[in-house]
Amino acid sequence: MSTTKELWVFAEQRDGKIAGVVNELLSEGQILCEKSGYTLCAVLPSDNGAVLCQELYNFGAKKVYTIDDPKLKDYQNDYYSRAVAQLINEKKPEIVLYGATTIGRSLAPTVAVMVDAGLTADCTQLDFDVEAGNLLQTRPAFGGNIMATIICPDNRPQMATVRSNVFKKTKISENEAGEQVPYAVDLSGVPERMRRLESVHEADNTIDLNAAQFIVSGGRGVGKPENFKIIYDLAAELGAAVGASRATVDAGWISHHHQVGQTGKTVCPVVYVACGISGAIQHLAGMQSSDVIVAVNKDPDAPIFDVADFGLIGDLHEIVPEFQKQIAAAKN
Amino acid sequence: MNIVVCIKQVPDSDKVTIDRETNRLNRAGVPSIINPFDENALEMALQLKDAHGGKVTVISMGPPQAEEALRTALSHGADDAILISDRKFGGADTWATSYTISLAIKKLENVDLVLFGKQAIDGDTAQVGPGVAHFLDIPTLTYAKAIEVTGDTYKVTKVTEDGYEVWDIDKPCALTVVKEANQLRMPSLKKKMAAKKAEIPCWGFDELQPDEEKIGLAGSPTKVSKVFAPPVKLNKEILSGEPAEMVTELIKKLKERNVL
Repeated sequence: MSTTKELWVFAEQRDGKIAGVVNELLSEGQILCEKSGYTLCAVLPSDNGAVLCQELYNFGAKKVYTIDDPKLKDYQNDYYSRAVAQLINEKKPEIVLYGATTIGRSLAPTVAVMVDAGLTADCTQLDFDVEAGNLLQTRPAFGGNIMATIICPDNRPQMATVRSNVFKKTKISENEAGEQVPYAVDLSGVPERMRRLESVHEADNTIDLNAAQFIVSGGRGVGKPENFKIIYDLAAELGAAVGASRATVDAGWISHHHQVGQTGKTVCPVVYVACGISGAIQHLAGMQSSDVIVAVNKDPDAPIFDVADFGLIGDLHEIVPEFQKQIAAAKN
Repeated sequence: MNIVVCIKQVPDSDKVTIDRETNRLNRAGVPSIINPFDENALEMALQLKDAHGGKVTVISMGPPQAEEALRTALSHGADDAILISDRKFGGADTWATSYTISLAIKKLENVDLVLFGKQAIDGDTAQVGPGVAHFLDIPTLTYAKAIEVTGDTYKVTKVTEDGYEVWDIDKPCALTVVKEANQLRMPSLKKKMAAKKAEIPCWGFDELQPDEEKIGLAGSPTKVSKVFAPPVKLNKEILSGEPAEMVTELIKKLKERNVL
């Protein structure tokens, strides 16, 4: 019997909604499947998977393994890891991709040790080595000062997590065909060791960096916490969210919710304006897939200019208010 | 309460530079520090000890010089320290590291809680905490910012993308701790002096008796295939001159790109 090899995407859902990163991974997975000849599949633990399959087909999944159980309604590490690991051990996929969300970053490392798989965190680039049959997983290393390509030559599956907004999602159509494959998992033997009591959502537009079309970010060059006001003012004028470098967050100038970078959020706005950010790769790793990058810095050698489309060399304390003034003037 | 805090000694990555000719890290002169997120795990442990009594044991896996990080942790208030070090453990990825650390924790008795920082700033993987929890067969929560002891369980608040969740989790368990949980207290002079003289046992291959195929390079599924410098953007435009002129030019260019 010949079966085609499979590439899986973990179809993370919360409150019955598929996470955006899942569709991004399916779109990237399609490219990898064209190179490898693998079949693109999604794995969907939930309490009612059937209703979510069509969306996954529309982004390229040919097959969706639905694992339905009331215990899988909301994420719980013990139940989810058991369900996914059992399916992996049975179906033996070549590759499993997870979103690097708070859920994916708990589930993937647990499953990796359960099924003896290699796992590479926060990949920013994926490729397939046709000759060796290996997934090439590229990620920033050492605070992002260097890029490393990781392979897992001897273990299967090869597993990786990828942050939101690293890959673009492309919907194929509204009614793609696909196959739902229900999979039954027995969770009765898994002891109930943790219980979610409460789940609270907090909304704040200035920190919704993932949804923002425009982001204005401040770095050490801002000088002091009070000076973030000019960053906020420009952001307000542009309808932008406010970002920040790790240095400013570590110094306590602004809350960590604003942090962009390897240890903060990965963003992909239409325009990213970096003000007084030198551009440690740890920061670049979180924003370099933005469509247009504008850098304002007084140091012409700052590495931020390496990734910028437009670089303004000068004092941000003059340039940022001027930018705000001219945008305001253009509106009137 | 017996609390184990797993810490990692890391180079201060803000100060790491790369030799662009060789793509190697310039390690010389880069200070080693306790991974900053591990400081939050340590402080969480110290606060629990303040409130409920007990003992805080810090453990670290690494080369012999990781002992320095353990001494620093003792100076901040940890009671005991154990170094996990052996040439045979070298080259371990997160899989092999999780396995090795779990063997050390299994040797400790009556552990109520195992804490980690949410991730290490050199590798940024965030994988060892959940990995260790699995090898210990205890439940785990990531991104914890607060903990309360409630009888035989803990009430833990964890950060999510857009808010937080509160969980009830059985004892013992493993948590990874986020920065906003707390700030590590200052070391005391007395503890600093004691830390200098403290005996820190080193547990290696003989003490941990690991399965040889699960440690070091051999026990690591992932291999580094190549390292390279990040790519540079080619067709960038650099503007300089008076702020007003630069901004006018920028706005014109952004409009040409249809993004404004």
